[in-house]
Amino acid sequence: MLARAAAKVFQTLVVLIIVSIASFSLLKLAPGDPVVIMLGTEYSQESYDELRAQLGLDRPVAVQYLRWLGDFVTGDWGNSYVAKTDIFSFVVQEALPVTLTLTACAILLAIAVGVPLGVISAVRKDSGWDVGIAALALTGTAFPSFFLGIVLIWFFAVKVGFFPVMGFVPPWEDFWSGMLHLVLPAATLSTFFIGMIVRVTRAAMVEVLAQPYITAAIARGEPRRRVIWVHGFRNILMPLVTVIGLQLGAILQGAVLTETVFSLPGLGQMLTGAVLGREYVLVQAGVMLTATLFILVNLAVDLSYPFLDPRLRAR
Amino acid sequence: MTDVLLSVEGLTVHRGARRILDDVSFSLGRGETLALVGESGAGKSTIAAALMGLLAGQARVEGTAAFDEAPDLLSLPEKAWNRLRGRRLAMIFQDAGAALNPCYTVGSQLTTVLRRQLSLGRAEARARAIALLESVGLNDAAARMSAYPHQLSGGMQQRVMVAIALACDPDLLFADEPTSALDVTIQAQIVRLILDQTKQKGASCIFVLHDLALASQSCDRIVVLYAGQVMEAGPSETVLRDPRHPYTRLLKSCVIEIGTSELDPPPGSVPGYDDLPAGCRFASRCPRALPRCRTDKPRLEEVAGRSLACWNPEEAA
Repeated sequence: MLARAAAKVFQTLVVLIIVSIASFSLLKLAPGDPVVIMLGTEYSQESYDELRAQLGLDRPVAVQYLRWLGDFVTGDWGNSYVAKTDIFSFVVQEALPVTLTLTACAILLAIAVGVPLGVISAVRKDSGWDVGIAALALTGTAFPSFFLGIVLIWFFAVKVGFFPVMGFVPPWEDFWSGMLHLVLPAATLSTFFIGMIVRVTRAAMVEVLAQPYITAAIARGEPRRRVIWVHGFRNILMPLVTVIGLQLGAILQGAVLTETVFSLPGLGQMLTGAVLGREYVLVQAGVMLTATLFILVNLAVDLSYPFLDPRLRAR
Repeated sequence: MTDVLLSVEGLTVHRGARRILDDVSFSLGRGETLALVGESGAGKSTIAAALMGLLAGQARVEGTAAFDEAPDLLSLPEKAWNRLRGRRLAMIFQDAGAALNPCYTVGSQLTTVLRRQLSLGRAEARARAIALLESVGLNDAAARMSAYPHQLSGGMQQRVMVAIALACDPDLLFADEPTSALDVTIQAQIVRLILDQTKQKGASCIFVLHDLALASQSCDRIVVLYAGQVMEAGPSETVLRDPRHPYTRLLKSCVIEIGTSELDPPPGSVPGYDDLPAGCRFASRCPRALPRCRTDKPRLEEVAGRSLACWNPEEAA
């Protein structure tokens, strides 16, 4: 089991290196010369060469890459050309916590709503409940999240006036205000995810409920609730965790739109701003960060398998 | 049969439009072993599932099954079932590997039953569970408690199943082809184990088997089923030494004995449930079928020490 875990970690490192090379190339392939951008329109050849040497751009590409990687790992991400601020503190200390809070809330909400609905669908397969939930799940998946966001803002924030229209208050500074600000964006972001979780839960649960060990548990006099949650649900954790991990990419994408609609100062908004302003260094940092996040979560999913299914543990 | 434990009357099961069990009646005495025999699809397992209340939501069950002081098992609500199942009625399944939950240890599955049904404490349940595992012949029982089902061999898994089924000293044990997933050498051991254990605890046992020879050796009484109908039922020795129903005779001829040079397999196969004759369901394959066999259903009648449903029974051997 340890050897398997070590292999997984190694594999993840290789993937991370490939991602970093891709991110690095992004900057190299980007149109425009960074030195020119930094110097502005008027400069002398000397100051150009000086700055170029200062930035290490006269060195071989491999050396540049290694230096860049070293800087990245140690948290020296350079300065934003436009905002003239330190990118690391901007991205990691300001934008990342917003996005993480939003996605975590959305995922928790999606699990809290999607799993029970999926289990009900499976237990009452082919009933009115099942059909209704399937329709709801499909609607949630098909509905563009930005549109839902606008509808939610219009109804709950503007009409009813219960939730704030937009903006972000860190929950770690003011918990209730923060949560109140997060309800609508998290609901918007989770609708797509809820449909996904409902369908995966239902499919896995239908299969598990048909297994002989479920019949055997009933034959031992275990009550229905225990049969479903203790014997059934325990066995669908693996597919469920896998889907949640794999869908993290989609949810980070969804976060970009949701953050824009609700004006949340997260990674999504930062990335859109950086792309529009052609701030490639910032784009690169955002790409590296989201990719690393996604890869690490999937490593965690992989490493969780032996805990979820005893058959995968070493004999 | 002095003390009747289970008395099944007119058990009929419909799955959709199909009548997969048709008016099945039999009874079982306390401490007796009964074998349900017949080809695949004869409805043997359905009888066990119906009597354990496992068909809810899947099939329509009619008839009555008086069990001890309960006048009718088949009309019990779910809650009442859960007080009987595991404690007074227990079941051993065909494939123990699939009937044990892969995510929980042997010990937890065994102690759950003990704690739930007998309200034992944690330590007491554990001690009892270890003793049970030892009694079903699992060596190193204390260490096996923390094993997951996949870490045990097929034979050991079935022994664990037997231990779980017998954990609360049930009055009636259903064994649904408990050996069909096992190696031949292990099969006899498991059958012996189930018989020994039930005898020792004074429990009655209903064996679902397709092996007539095994049924005759191991069970007091036998019920021969064909396509959901009882053909012949009675003490195993009487029925098998001198079968009167053409179907029982045909089944018996299939038991290959060592030294037999000729094999004479019965013609045809079990009809589909969609096109069954209105009368005796065996009529289409029966060598002794009369015209009325196809239209009138023969009723079970007492003939020569057994129950028989046949218009044209075989002569005494």
